[in-house]
Amino acid sequence: MVSPSTMAAVRKSGAIPNAEFLLTAEGVRKEFPGVVALDDVTFRLKRGTVHALMGENGAGKSTLMKILAGIYRPDRGQVRLKGVDIELASPLDALENGIAMIHQELNLMPFMTVAENIWIRREPKGRFGLIDHGAMNRQTADLFKRLNIALDPQSLVGDLSVANRQMVEIAKAVSYESDVLIMDEPTSALTEREVEHLFAIIRSLREQGIGIVYITHKMNELFEIADEFSVFRDGKYIGTHASTDVTRDDIIRMMVGREITQMFPKEDVPIGETVLAVKNLSLRGVFTDISFEVRAGEILGIAGLVGSGRSNVAEALFGVTPATSGTIAINGRDIVIDTPTKAIANRMAFLTEDRKDTGCLLILNVLENMQIAVLQDKFVKYGFVQQTALAEKCGDMARKLRVKTPNLDERIENLSGGNQQKALIGRWMLTDPRILILDEPTRGIDVGAKAEIHRLVSEMARNGVAIIMISSEMPEVLGMSDRIMVMHEGRVTGFLDRAEATQIKVMELAAR
Amino acid sequence: MANNEAVHGTSPVSPHSRRKLPSEFNIFLVLIAIALVYELLGWIFIGQSFLMNTQRLTIMILQVSVIGIIAVGVTQVIITGGIDLSSGSVVGMTAMISASVAQASTWPRAVYPSLTDMPFIVPIALGIGIGLLAGFVNGQLIARTKIPPFIATLGMMVSARGISKWYTKGQPVSGLTDQFNFIGTGIWPVIVFLVVALIFHIALRYTRYGKFTYAIGANMQAARVSGINVEGHLIKVYAIAGMLAGLAGVVTAARAQTAQSGMGVMYELDAIAATVIGGTSLNGGVGRITGTVIGTVILGVMTSGFTFLRVDAYYQEIVKGLIIVTAVVVDVYRQKKRSKG
Repeated sequence: MVSPSTMAAVRKSGAIPNAEFLLTAEGVRKEFPGVVALDDVTFRLKRGTVHALMGENGAGKSTLMKILAGIYRPDRGQVRLKGVDIELASPLDALENGIAMIHQELNLMPFMTVAENIWIRREPKGRFGLIDHGAMNRQTADLFKRLNIALDPQSLVGDLSVANRQMVEIAKAVSYESDVLIMDEPTSALTEREVEHLFAIIRSLREQGIGIVYITHKMNELFEIADEFSVFRDGKYIGTHASTDVTRDDIIRMMVGREITQMFPKEDVPIGETVLAVKNLSLRGVFTDISFEVRAGEILGIAGLVGSGRSNVAEALFGVTPATSGTIAINGRDIVIDTPTKAIANRMAFLTEDRKDTGCLLILNVLENMQIAVLQDKFVKYGFVQQTALAEKCGDMARKLRVKTPNLDERIENLSGGNQQKALIGRWMLTDPRILILDEPTRGIDVGAKAEIHRLVSEMARNGVAIIMISSEMPEVLGMSDRIMVMHEGRVTGFLDRAEATQIKVMELAAR
Repeated sequence: MANNEAVHGTSPVSPHSRRKLPSEFNIFLVLIAIALVYELLGWIFIGQSFLMNTQRLTIMILQVSVIGIIAVGVTQVIITGGIDLSSGSVVGMTAMISASVAQASTWPRAVYPSLTDMPFIVPIALGIGIGLLAGFVNGQLIARTKIPPFIATLGMMVSARGISKWYTKGQPVSGLTDQFNFIGTGIWPVIVFLVVALIFHIALRYTRYGKFTYAIGANMQAARVSGINVEGHLIKVYAIAGMLAGLAGVVTAARAQTAQSGMGVMYELDAIAATVIGGTSLNGGVGRITGTVIGTVILGVMTSGFTFLRVDAYYQEIVKGLIIVTAVVVDVYRQKKRSKG
């Protein structure tokens, strides 16, 4: 085992061992509480190639990338840089060993200049140890010339477009003389012309022998820029192929080719009248022209990749971030929902995607968490909470939902994720909703709790609730939905009925 | 996230748990401990009892009543995760304004010669009303413009103090009616404090207003998604805090039987200290009025005890600072411990 600092020293001396692969990971495993994010994963990056990582949400791409960039440490397995075993202690450690990562959310300081951002911590020093700004700007200009980037080293990063900031990030990575560049969906915020420029830069880096790990959801980019690609699914490594050898359909099949097991299918219940009708709903810059209907007893699944605007639609429906245009009608009557208060008054309920940030009142107890929404219009007399009756009702609900907690006075943060989620579902069931929006209802929850939540949702549908369920988990969407609406980049790309929906069809609509 | 698999039991849910001792109990023990330490030191160094002196205890509780009234409002603000720095200045402003309509006609230099000998309810209502208005402005600023409560109430702190100086160009307002002065005499300030504390203890524990206040402090985003009109509620909370500061201003003027523009300086910090010592978390979501009442008394006992032991006033302030910091450190550890179950 060679320590990273030794590797850095080896690198500095120029005596770099020559190996076939720049960077490899063998047998890598990474566990988080409750989930195995990576299981015995292999990855090999060749010199001077662009290597794409493909897979659904949660397939393990991001975890692998973070291990390669020194953000996470693997539980098991070995990472090798040019044939030398390494153990990366931090992102900085990775950077000094020649592995640079360009994050989706860019990590630049907006109130500093381009040059200051690139050379931070390594500023050229002049007399008295003060920073030599002239030299720094000259170095930056040289770097930009080499990369064919037309930017003023002295402009403030905060004034640059997203595309230009990305260029600065790339230049920064190159300035470390990196051998490996990891890019996480670099084109997600770029226009077509900017993408072309980015690809030109990537190609020139490739010619210089740099290996590029490229994460993307976009199929066409894969064929345009990648030499090889590796597919991951549910934390497992599926395979690596040259991108010239395969077709789009092959890749989709590799991405979704799982057996559907352990799902809890929705019961067949009579579908009633249309409860919610959404027409041409748009939120400028986020989603456009979303139209759909949901009927009593129906579960409308919304599928799509992360960033397709699914959660934003849910937030607009519930008045968290109201839409800028379009109409929402409940039971045939147009209504305006610009606050969650109004949504609740119209008997809507919204289980949010992020349990911690927008769901739980973590430091309060289970009872206080369950009762908060129903207190809007029930169990209150002259401003006083009818606590005895309400506690009894919450207790019944907790029993019915099988929330495992010693008692309702327990702080909700001491419950497991699944039980927190069940308590939050209880919060909304107490309000007796007729429209229920679920955003990733079973994310990060163990299999048992998952099945129970599916059973509860199914039961609510039987009681005539119109349900919208956003989910990134294919078996869940396919198993639970009567119809599936697929979104891609803020638009609806298609509807699939329960009978015709398959993983491949959903994936085709989600990843055009 | 902590892995809590081991924490939850498998027993069926019961809505009622066995009664735990309320967290105020610990604070109460601290109060007793401090008092006993003074008692002991008193016998050793002064040769007399600290506690067996009704007069000393009465003065002590009278001195902190005004702080206590403010602290009841400040507690609610801090539970929402905010802060109110303006209460001391609002005390000064409302003391001046209410006193100006509480003057007797026998006083030669009345601020409003035509408004003398008013029934005592007029200055009281005006003082409370002005306080309410100041708090309402704080709340509007915080809820509508989203500026941090620290800044909004800092602005009010400076401006309200300015108003109280400008109001009479720095002159004190004296010659108040006996009727008005009455609420500052005897044990009345203490009664006002305890009634206010009782009302808001009930409001926080048993009303929707209280439940929403805690929910906002625990997680503002989740509270909003749960249908709470967060902006509207914050305005209410700050308005109530301002109203109580106004009431404190009235009591201060009545106790002194005069009003001066410098009244209430630093009261906001004493009120925050009493609140924090009483177990209210500066992170929001946690805190009770009973704790604040005990915290207020602790503050009073500390000061009174130092005077009793003839400790220099300079040292008193130094130690008070230490106590406030200690209370916050204790809170940080307590929160950490509780979240581990």
